[in-house]
Amino acid sequence: MAKKPDLFPGTLDMLILKTLTHAPLHGYGIALSIKRLSDEVLTVEEGSLYPALQRLLLQGWVKAEWKMTETNRRARFYTLTASGRKQLGIELTEYEQMIAAIGRVLGSAEA
Amino acid sequence: MKGLVKKIELLFRRKRFAAELDEEMSFHREQAVKDLIANGMTPQEARFAAAREFGNATRLKEQSHEVVGFGFETVVQDLRFSVRQLRKNPGFAATAILILALGMGASVAIFAFVDAALIKPLPYANPRRLVAVMESSAGFDWNNLSYADYLDWKRMNRTLSSMEVFTGTGYALNTPDGTEPVPGMRVSAGFFSTLGIRPMLGRDFRPGEDAAGAAPVVLMSYGTWQRRFGGRRDVVGQAVMLSGVSYTIVGVLPQDFEFAIRDSTEFWEALQPTHECEKRRSCHNLDGVGRLKDGVTVSAALVDMKGIAAQLERQYPDSNRGSSAAVIPLGKFIVGDIRPILLVLLGGAGLLLVIACVNVASLLLVRAESRRREIAVRGALGASRARLSRQFMTEGIALVLAGSAVGLALAAAGMRVLLGLLSKDMLAGMPFLRGLGLNGHVLLFAGALAVLAAVLFSITKILHFRLSSMRDGLTEGGRGSAGTLWRRMGASLVVVELATAVVLLAGAGLLGKSLYKLLHVDLGFAADHLATVNVGLPPSAFSKDEQVVAFVRAMLERVETLPGVESAAITTLRPVSCNCDTDWVRFVGKRYNGIHNEVNDRQVSSGFFTALHARLREGRYFSDAEGATKPKVVVINEAFAKKYFPGEDPVGRKFGDTELTPKSIREIVGVVADFKDAGLDQDQWPAEYEAFNQDSDTYFTLMVRTRRDERTVLPELAGAIHEVSKQAAVEEGTTMMDSINASQTAYMHRSAAYLVGGFAVLALLLGVVGMYGVIAYSVSQRTREIGVRMALGAQKSSVYKLVLGEAGRLIGLGVVLGLAGSVGAARLMGKLLFGVQAWDVETLAGVAVVLGVSAMLASYIPARRAAGVNPTEALRAE
Repeated sequence: MAKKPDLFPGTLDMLILKTLTHAPLHGYGIALSIKRLSDEVLTVEEGSLYPALQRLLLQGWVKAEWKMTETNRRARFYTLTASGRKQLGIELTEYEQMIAAIGRVLGSAEA
Repeated sequence: MKGLVKKIELLFRRKRFAAELDEEMSFHREQAVKDLIANGMTPQEARFAAAREFGNATRLKEQSHEVVGFGFETVVQDLRFSVRQLRKNPGFAATAILILALGMGASVAIFAFVDAALIKPLPYANPRRLVAVMESSAGFDWNNLSYADYLDWKRMNRTLSSMEVFTGTGYALNTPDGTEPVPGMRVSAGFFSTLGIRPMLGRDFRPGEDAAGAAPVVLMSYGTWQRRFGGRRDVVGQAVMLSGVSYTIVGVLPQDFEFAIRDSTEFWEALQPTHECEKRRSCHNLDGVGRLKDGVTVSAALVDMKGIAAQLERQYPDSNRGSSAAVIPLGKFIVGDIRPILLVLLGGAGLLLVIACVNVASLLLVRAESRRREIAVRGALGASRARLSRQFMTEGIALVLAGSAVGLALAAAGMRVLLGLLSKDMLAGMPFLRGLGLNGHVLLFAGALAVLAAVLFSITKILHFRLSSMRDGLTEGGRGSAGTLWRRMGASLVVVELATAVVLLAGAGLLGKSLYKLLHVDLGFAADHLATVNVGLPPSAFSKDEQVVAFVRAMLERVETLPGVESAAITTLRPVSCNCDTDWVRFVGKRYNGIHNEVNDRQVSSGFFTALHARLREGRYFSDAEGATKPKVVVINEAFAKKYFPGEDPVGRKFGDTELTPKSIREIVGVVADFKDAGLDQDQWPAEYEAFNQDSDTYFTLMVRTRRDERTVLPELAGAIHEVSKQAAVEEGTTMMDSINASQTAYMHRSAAYLVGGFAVLALLLGVVGMYGVIAYSVSQRTREIGVRMALGAQKSSVYKLVLGEAGRLIGLGVVLGLAGSVGAARLMGKLLFGVQAWDVETLAGVAVVLGVSAMLASYIPARRAAGVNPTEALRAE
């Protein structure tokens, strides 16, 4: 199995929150969505996904509900909460600041 | 904060949480499989791919659990698992817990005594500032003070805020049941305020009430007030007749007041210097107690007192030559004699605990070895190292918890047994033992031991686990480096155990031998068939010497008519008591330079020596007719003759007091073979035996030589004495043998020998079991090797040699280390050894043989098993 690039620590939470901004999704849906949106570059391992979801639930950033899927299968759907939306904003800002900072470091090294 | 609330909520819905997670994950997996099939995989391939991608489902679930779980939840899990482990293996669990409990129980029980006697402060105000102030001279650390010296010390010292004296006394009290002897104390007026004790009723003594000529006043103990005066509050101000003198009761002492030196004391009198002894500077009968001024150390006070003593020595050379001072903390003075025995016992119990812990640790190692597969499997299934280490720790803690609980119960029982072994008199002398029990200090100590043990066990297992490679555990046979490693660790542990057992055995052996020597010391008289009873006469009714002498004569005649009585005699101090009640003498016709010629001094009736079956060496005993009107006569012992008349004939020589006062001059008429005046372990001192008829006393011991069992005479004595005078106060009688066996010296040596002996037996047992364990394990590990050797033609004898050789090396090392330790430990026992040296070859050799043989026997069992190995089976087995 080829090694997939590691995510920055903390980015998984942000990615999950981001995928939930459009519609509620179940766990598998979140994993699938991240995979597709990243053009199959990022795969979320289930081993990190579910602990992360529990973490987000505990923080109150997402809500969970058991609902029926289109195929009439019971699944747990996660919905972004208001505080989750705020958290996403904070994390995005921090992320952009960090990327910009890293970019400056790398840019200066080239110059 | 919100997270915490949810966590707690989830804690109570743990089952539902797990079920939901399960469902969610299986949904995920199904979806993944579905998609893979849709992408063209066969269902089987898809399931396999999904499973591989998904990974270890259990570990995944655990990770989610960890997010919402609490740290302690895994601890609870571990604990449950540990308990299950222990229950699955009841033999192992019971053994480990019992061993641990024995070690803990012994240590905690002994510590409770140490705490009560040596650590707990005295029940007085600011007790660390209290000191005992005594005189000292060559060969004596703690001498009594003389009254005149006391006054000077009190006046001249600059280090004590107060200094007081006390001395024991006894009174004849008239009660409805007849005259009764009651114990009392004479104390100077500031005694109670120095201790910081205020009477609960009435008042303390006032300054000046201890001056000669002041009206006699007395305080009484709470018990006496309740028992004899019905707790009436109006007793204060009333008069009480003690030995025919009227005292005014000024107060009652608090209920919790205790004074260890004479705790049975009923009445406390303000000490007036009226006794003959208190009028002479050379007569020493008082104990001093003082309170240090703020910021003054004990050693500073000692320097101060020594300076004063030196000054008095120059001023009064006749009486004070060679006298110096001793100042020690009051607590140390009070517990004096039992201090060494307690420390030795604590040491013994500690060693036992070491063995117990080492034993349990090696048991754990054996278990860890047999669980290597399990551990390896758990590791392979995803248990992290940290988690496994924590599991080991929890197992250690579970074991220690159980062991401590049982140990505390054993300790509580042990304390009661030990207290029961103390005689009533000894308990009265140790009021500090009254609160003995599992108090805060003791529990703290037990807790500390438990923590230490838990740490030790955890470290042992974690170390073992860390050092052994996990992969080895999975391979069949698993006989890699870890086996050797364990053998080395287990072997060092067993050497420690054996060495410790040797130390304990040697200690027990030495103490046992001391006890034997002590109880078989040549007393110099026949102690069997001797009944004794103390008799006191009220001085008011017997104020004249002739009255006392007449009473004693009549009493002895009456007692001798009792059936089965051979003879009767009296002495002012019974044999086998102490080197005390001494006299300073000066010889007529010899040069005198003021040096103290200190000799034991007893007044005895003329039949004393024959009743004792003592042996006359020279001259004669005195006769009953040699009374007050005749020239004074005295019998001395051989030690006296040897010390003061070396190479001379002492008979006919004369001596007197230090001033050679004419009426003190007495003539030596005989020399008696030495017999024990003092305690069993004390040196033989020079002694003089004066004629009671010439120097009488109102308190003495009646000694009755019987033909029948001396015990049967005891109940008849009081009646016979009261026939002669109803006023005589007769104490409870005892036989000479009982009084020797119950003496403090005998008790100390006996309890030390028995307890350390008990510890040693347990240590031997544990050591031998440990030895067996190590050898048995080693053999089981080497079964294949032995099989190969035998298949290649090795004889049974060479297998024996192989196994027993290994055992022999360990035993030899343990014994050698142990013997070295024993000699060191025995030196620390110092005072408790009597008539044996620390390096007593007989004992040490005996110990080496006993331990060596038992350990060898323990190793022989596995060796036989090894020799019985069937080579084909051993080889086929793996």
